[in-house]
Parts: sequence; structure tokens; C-alpha cells
Amino acid sequence: MTPELGQLALILALLLALAQGVLPLIGAWRGNRALMAVARPAAAGQAVFVAMAFGILVWAFLHFDFSVRYVAENSNLELPWYYRIAAVWGAHEGSLLLWILILNVWTVALAAFSTKLPEVFAARVMAVMGLIAVGFLAFTIFTSDPFGRLLPMPGDGADLNPVLQDPGMTFHPPVLYMGYVGFSVAFAFSIAGLLGGEMEQAWVRWARPWTNIAWGFLTCGIVAGSWWAYAELGWGGWWFWDPVENASFMPWLVGLALIHAQAVTEKRGSLRAWTILLSIFAFSLSLLGTFLVRSGVLTSVHAFASDPRRGVFILAFLTIVVGGSLLLYALRAPKVAGGKPFALLSRETVLLIGNLMFAVASAMVLLGTLFPLIGDAMHLGRISVGPPYFGFLFPLLMLPVVLLLPFGPFLRWGKGEASLLKPVLLRAGIAAAACAIVAAFFVDGKLKAIAGVAALVWLGVGVLLYALKRWREAPRGKRYPAELAGMLLAHLGVGVFVAGVLLTEALGVTSDVRMAPGQTQHIGGYDFRFDGVQRTTGPNWRADQGTITVTRDGHAVATMTPQKRTYPRGQVQTESAVDAGFFRDLYVALGEPMDAGNIEGAWSLRLYYKPFVRWIWGGGLLMMLGGFTCAADKRFRLKRIAESAPVGALQLQETRA
Amino acid sequence: MMRFGRSAPCARMLFGTITRNHRAQGALLLLLLLFGGVLHAQAIEPMPFANHAQELRFQRLTAQLRCPMCQNETLADSNAPIARDLRNQIFQLMQHGQSDAQIKHFLVDRYSDFVLYDPPVKPGTWLLWFGPLLILLAGGSVVFMVVRKRHRDGIAAGISTDSGPTDNGDDW
Amino acid sequence: MSRLLPLFGFLLLVTLFGFGIWWNTRHDQTAIPSPLINKPAPAFVLPELYDPAVKVSKTDLLGKPYLLNVFASWCVECGVEHPVLQVEGPTLGVQLVGYNYKDAPADAKRWLAEHGNPYHVLLADQSGDTAINFGVYGAPESFLIDARGVIRYKHIGPLTPGVIRRELKPAIAALSKEAP
Repeated sequence: MTPELGQLALILALLLALAQGVLPLIGAWRGNRALMAVARPAAAGQAVFVAMAFGILVWAFLHFDFSVRYVAENSNLELPWYYRIAAVWGAHEGSLLLWILILNVWTVALAAFSTKLPEVFAARVMAVMGLIAVGFLAFTIFTSDPFGRLLPMPGDGADLNPVLQDPGMTFHPPVLYMGYVGFSVAFAFSIAGLLGGEMEQAWVRWARPWTNIAWGFLTCGIVAGSWWAYAELGWGGWWFWDPVENASFMPWLVGLALIHAQAVTEKRGSLRAWTILLSIFAFSLSLLGTFLVRSGVLTSVHAFASDPRRGVFILAFLTIVVGGSLLLYALRAPKVAGGKPFALLSRETVLLIGNLMFAVASAMVLLGTLFPLIGDAMHLGRISVGPPYFGFLFPLLMLPVVLLLPFGPFLRWGKGEASLLKPVLLRAGIAAAACAIVAAFFVDGKLKAIAGVAALVWLGVGVLLYALKRWREAPRGKRYPAELAGMLLAHLGVGVFVAGVLLTEALGVTSDVRMAPGQTQHIGGYDFRFDGVQRTTGPNWRADQGTITVTRDGHAVATMTPQKRTYPRGQVQTESAVDAGFFRDLYVALGEPMDAGNIEGAWSLRLYYKPFVRWIWGGGLLMMLGGFTCAADKRFRLKRIAESAPVGALQLQETRA
Repeated sequence: MMRFGRSAPCARMLFGTITRNHRAQGALLLLLLLFGGVLHAQAIEPMPFANHAQELRFQRLTAQLRCPMCQNETLADSNAPIARDLRNQIFQLMQHGQSDAQIKHFLVDRYSDFVLYDPPVKPGTWLLWFGPLLILLAGGSVVFMVVRKRHRDGIAAGISTDSGPTDNGDDW
Repeated sequence: MSRLLPLFGFLLLVTLFGFGIWWNTRHDQTAIPSPLINKPAPAFVLPELYDPAVKVSKTDLLGKPYLLNVFASWCVECGVEHPVLQVEGPTLGVQLVGYNYKDAPADAKRWLAEHGNPYHVLLADQSGDTAINFGVYGAPESFLIDARGVIRYKHIGPLTPGVIRRELKPAIAALSKEAP
């Protein structure tokens, strides 16, 4: 198969995306059903051509077609087939193609599941998706062609960056993109809502499951990335506040706010303008992330090679999409606060406070990430903003959220009862305090660790109390609807996550040591015996592999084999060894021989004892699961469009008054 | 070429490191020049700390400082030669009884505020440090006004804010 | 009006990004401006490369302005810079002081024999400790130091004919103007 076919497929996809983006909009405006009906077939056709282009690139990688520049730059004859597939999204051009493919997956899913939506509304939603695709396809075709030829064809290619040669990496980008791109659906819904100016409450119900699923994927993608950084990069850290990490974290935070704002808007009709704004922000921040990673504007260890031309193109695209939608928002957003009124003490109020904190946290991350650029602009010199800044402000902003979280479900919509909160405060508070006191003896009085235990108990008991209340009060079969169960799971996840973070930070032990074969180091209650280094080889690397036998009180615990690999193009890559456990990880990374060249002698090693580190990702996965569970709620299935329409029409008059 | 490694050192130093470590491998250097290789290894360096407290202090301090070379790495994490030299320097200064503030001062005098991951609070960085507070206050007052207005609306309209069940007949 | 706030905020961001793209086409992202400009150069005592018994100190070099050029045999970009220094060095009108950074003396000598030696004085800093006082973090780097031992200008990365014409020569000209 020739790569030029891939190029042709992309161009055809672009034409179809144009048709999908423009014709249904005109149709919706003119009331022309034929034009509106273009949306679905155009989307399907576009997806076929994009999948074809993607397939052709995969094919080129699998068949070592080094006449394709992208293939030659990112793979070689020794690279195993599974990493050759992962190499498709290992650099800028291919990962952009993956982005587009996933956008098409979402669009096709939307086309399939939106058949019961009002025709005009669905046409507008599909059109917005089409316009987004136009931008990205044009970006690929005009600035980042993955099918460009390299002549004469080299005999062998370069290599996929060894850092990316890891199972976590094959998994992380697609899932992350599922999240990023998924926010385009909520975005398309709110733009369609703004364009039509109707049924503001109804569209939110349709958008909710999509938002929850997108957020779940984004959570999963971030967890996968964090896990990969921990296992692969070798510093034992799980989050570095690097601009590129922040670029994924900002849409996550805004998405989190959006999920909660949507609940308010859907159930009570309030916060409509805010929900629309958040939908725009969530997707805008996803685009912004793409911009930051690919424009070279910020210095990051993860950034793709920068090219000002690409930067300018994405910036222009960003300006049109985000600027256009914010202008539309300014013109058409509901001007009168609608919905049912609520008291000072109500679920709406706490959700608003939560929303405020997530939005401020996201703004803080944005400010910190961009401040070096502001420093350049204001001639302050080169400025670095890093972990000490974010690590100080972020917990402060999240503290009120953690403190208020258990009360949220107990507060009713409209007007909550203080009398219901007191027992929660007492029970969860006493449980948390008691556990904190007990924990203090086990953790040497380390405050962070005590706070971690207290937070877990506080949030866990809060969730448990509400689960019990439902068990007692709700009728059998209606006790735990999916939406509620998802909420409880996600809130529990917050507790597990916080505990994991604080306990790991407080109790973790790190040590750089020099070890000769036969020597033993005692760390975190474990004895690490270094049994020397041997040479070993893999499919496309050779390595020095250390053997470390870990025992505890004389009982064997694990045999760990950290490696220092050398890949065919000379890149050196450390492979840490991790012995995972529910309560602790043991982690060993191999440094260098103390006596250069003598691999049989002493080596420098880094040993970690990381208690509860897995809870960080466990908490994240619970949150993800919560998002997916919510989306599965029966209420979100489209079946009664007719019923919600009159409500919307009524509100339309109210807002235009 | 994508720079994805945490320790992708800058080209200026990268080749140097490799030639020094593998002096014999001239061919390797050539390959690297052709393909722009990535050296990825983390900084592992045992040091003769006086005690465990000093080791912890060293780890904490080097994790707050930025390696002047490379993309975006702490002195603790970076494997660039200058990071090694600076770690050694910090270790020496610690042995001479210098405080964290004095050590940071030493580095800032030579490498500017760039090495500090938490920029000092001064007029130029007020936006950074107080900006979030400002946003919080602004957002907080908007939330406060919205809640108060909605509360009063409810009372004025005589609508009971007492919650009935939601649309789906469930109050949660 | 408040409905327009997000749009204005966003336009501000776009301006910032546009600035960022422009700025990065003009500036090396890896260069950190030195805080030592217009401050006295740090005191140092370093062995001469070819005769380690001879120690050169800061005071030995006072009285005439000089260009301190940090180089090393392992540094690829120094190989790019070197021919430029060979040609342009004599036209600068200041002394060229070579600062051999973290290098084995034998390697440095072989490298100079191969590429030529434009330097009037050659210092060897094998450990790189003194270089930290100069705020050196890689090679090549160049410092223009005036007759009173004050650092007046620093360039990070290889000196090119363009840099020499646009930045270095004007800086040297400014020095000679203020000289009595």
C-alpha cells in the first residue's frame, strides 16, 4: 500500500469533514432536512477515510517502509512489532493522526446514539464536531504530514525513543486522547444549544453521560501517564507539575467542575450559563494542551519538537474555535438566572463552592504554567515555576473540598437541613480523629501521614454513612441508582487518593547507595542484598542487569532485577525494578558502576520504600470507575424527548424576556 | 524528533557526556549526531552524608532547585554534568554548615532566579503568588452574591425552597 | 458586559501565546541570562593548560579587557565555534583567554593541535568548580571582562559571525570608549 493513498484519504476526509461541518448548519438554519441529513453519512465516510489513513501508517510501520520519513525517524529493523504499532503515535505527526481517529470514534458514536435527538439539534451537534475535524485534518495535511517521503530510502530507521518502549506508553496516549477529545462532545452540545437557544435544560441531560465518560477516560489516561512516569522514568515520582502534565490536569479539573455543574443544571435548571461556559472551557483547555505540547512555547521534558509554523497554525485554530464560541456565549448565553431557587444551605451551594475551588485551582495551574512566559514578556528574567509552587497552593485550594465532601450528598436540593449534617460531622469527625490518634503511634507522629489517615477515614465514613442512609430510607431496588453509586465510588476514590499521596510522601524512604556484591542495605524494614550485575539482552537492547534479593526478618520477599539498557542507536535507558504491593512498593534503580567499566564490582543504586503509593492510582481508578458508572444511569437513555421539550420552550421565553 | 525523556539533556551537553563516557565509541557519536539520540538515565549518586537528617535535607533541597541545563528537571533528578557538579557543591556547602537559604542564595548569585522552582515573592512575581488568591476572592464574591440572590428570590417569590423530589421522583 | 469577560481573558491568553511563539524564534530557550553582568568576575587561580605549574589568577589578567571563552574537547558545538574564533579572534582587539572546562588536559591539547589555538592564555578547570562561580553550565560560553575585572557581556552557545558583529563588537567598542 502506498503512503500517498494515506495522504489522499486524509484529503478526502477533510472534504467530508467540511461537508459535515457546514451543510447541516445551513440546513438547521434554513430548515432544510436534506442538508441536515448530510451530517451522519459524512461523518461515517470521514471516519472510514481517517481509519484508512491510520491503517496505512500502521502498515508502513509493520512493513519497515523507511521511505516514509515518519517511519524512518521512529522505528528500525530491530524494534519489536508491538512497539512498531505504538510508534505510530510516538511522535508529533502520528499522534495527531491518532487524535483525529479518536475524534472520529466519538463522532461516529455520537451519530449512532443521537438518532432520538431532535433533528435540528443533532444536526448542529454533528456540524460542530465536523468543524473541529476540519481544523485538525487541515493542521495535519498542511503542517504535519505523516506520509512525507524520505528519499533516498535509508536501509534502516532511527529509533522510537526508548522511554516510549514500555507497555504503559502503548496505552497512555490513546486513553488520554479519548478524554481530551471526549470533551468535544459536551462542547458541541453547548454550542448547538447556544446556536438554537432552546431546551437549555434538556441538552444538558443528553450531554451528561458523554461528559462523564470523557472525564473517566481522561482520569484513566492521567493515571496511566502517572504510572508510566513512575515505573519507566525511574525517579519514583508520580507527578512532576511539568507543563505537559499540567496541560492534561487543567481540562481534568474543569471537567470535574463541569460534571457537577451539569448535575445542578439538569436537575434544577440553575447555573445554565456556567455549565455552558465550563463546557467551552473544558474543550478549550484540551486544545490548549495540544498547543502547549506542540508549539514549543514552554520548556517541558515531554514536549514534541517545536516548530513555530505549527504553533502559529494551532494558535490560529484555537483563536477561531475558542474565540468564536466565547463570542457566541457572550451574545447568546441565558441572561436571566433560571431554575429553581435555593437556600443558603443547599446542595446547590456546596456544589457551587466545589465548582469555585476546581475553577480557581485550574486557573492557578494555568497561571503557574504560563508564568515563565509572562516573565519573559515583562522582562523579569527567566523564571521557573515548579513543584514547590503548585504543591503549596493546590492542597490549600482542595482542603475546603475535602472538608465539605461528606456533607454534599446529605444536603437536599433547594434547601438542606442542618439537623442532618450534625450526625455526619460527629460520626465522621470522631472516626477520623480516633483513627488519626491511633495512626500517630504507627507513623512516628508524622503530620502528613496522620492527615492522610484522617482524610481517608473522614471521606470514607462520609460515603459509608450516606450509603447506609440510602439503604435504610430508599425503597428496595431504588437504593443505589447508577448515578448515585458512581458518585459514591468517585468520592471514595478521592479519600484513597489523598491517603496514598500523603502516606507516600510522609513515610517513603529514598536512598542513593553504593553497593558491592554481597552487601546489604536496610531500608524501610527491608533488607536489600546486592548480588551483582550481569549482562543480558532483549529483542532490541542489551543491558547490565543487577540482581537484588529483598528479605524481611530473614524471609524472602522478592528478587528484583533493575536494568540499564542500551538501545541500538546508543540511547541509554534505565529500567527500574518494582515489587508492587497493596501496602507498599519496593523500587530499585541501577546507577553506574563505581569503577567505570568494571560491571562486576560495586554499583551505585537507588533504593525506595514507598508505602501506599499504589493507592494514588487506585484512588484515580475509583474516580474513573465512578465517572463510567454515572454515565450508565438509566435516566440518561434517550427515550422521552417529547416530554422535555415543553419545559425547554417555556424556559426559552423566560430567558429571552 | 520528539523529546519525551525526563532527562533528555540539551544537545549542547549531551554529546559531550557520551564521548567522555564512551571515548572509544566514535562511531556511536556519529550515529547520535545523525539521529539525535537520547541519553536517559537518572541521577544516582551516593554521598557520604553525616547523618540521615542531612540526607533528607539534601533530597528536599535539591528537589526544589532547577537544573540550569536541560528541559525541565530538578537538580535532584537531572543527570546532566552541571547538575552533578551543583549537587556536589551543595553537599560541600552543607558540610560547611550553610543553611538552605544561604545555599539558594549562592546558586541565585551565579545562575539567577531561574534555579528556584518557587520564585521569590517580589513585585514582579506578585501576580504569580497573589493571583490565585485574587481569583478566589473574585470568584468567591460572585458565588456569594449568586447564592444570596437565589436565596432571596426564593423567599420573595414565596416559592418554598423546600425541596420536593426531583424530576425522577428521587430527592438525591 | 460580564458575559464578554471570558472572551477578553481568552484574547489576553492568545496575545501571550503569540508573544511566546515570536519570543522563542528570537531567543534561545536554553540560555539563562547571567546575573553577573556588570559585577566583578569571581576571583580564581587556575593552572595554565600547557604548564600546570604556572598558576594564573584574576589579578594577573587585570589591566586589559579580555574575552574568556569556555570550551572543551567533548563539546560538539565548540567545534562549530572554533573556526569562527580563529578568524574573528585577532580582529576583536581584546585578549582571548581559553577556559578549558571539565576536560582531560591531554584531550584538550590534542583538540587544540587539531583545530588550532587562537588563545593568548589557556586556563584549565578540570573539576569545573571555578566555573560554577562564573555561572557556567555548559560549553561553549563566552564572557567579556573589562580592564578592571568586571564582567560586561556574556554569550551562551557558540559565537557566530552574526553574534560577534551584532553583540560582541559593540560591547568591546563600548569598553574602549570609556577607557581613559
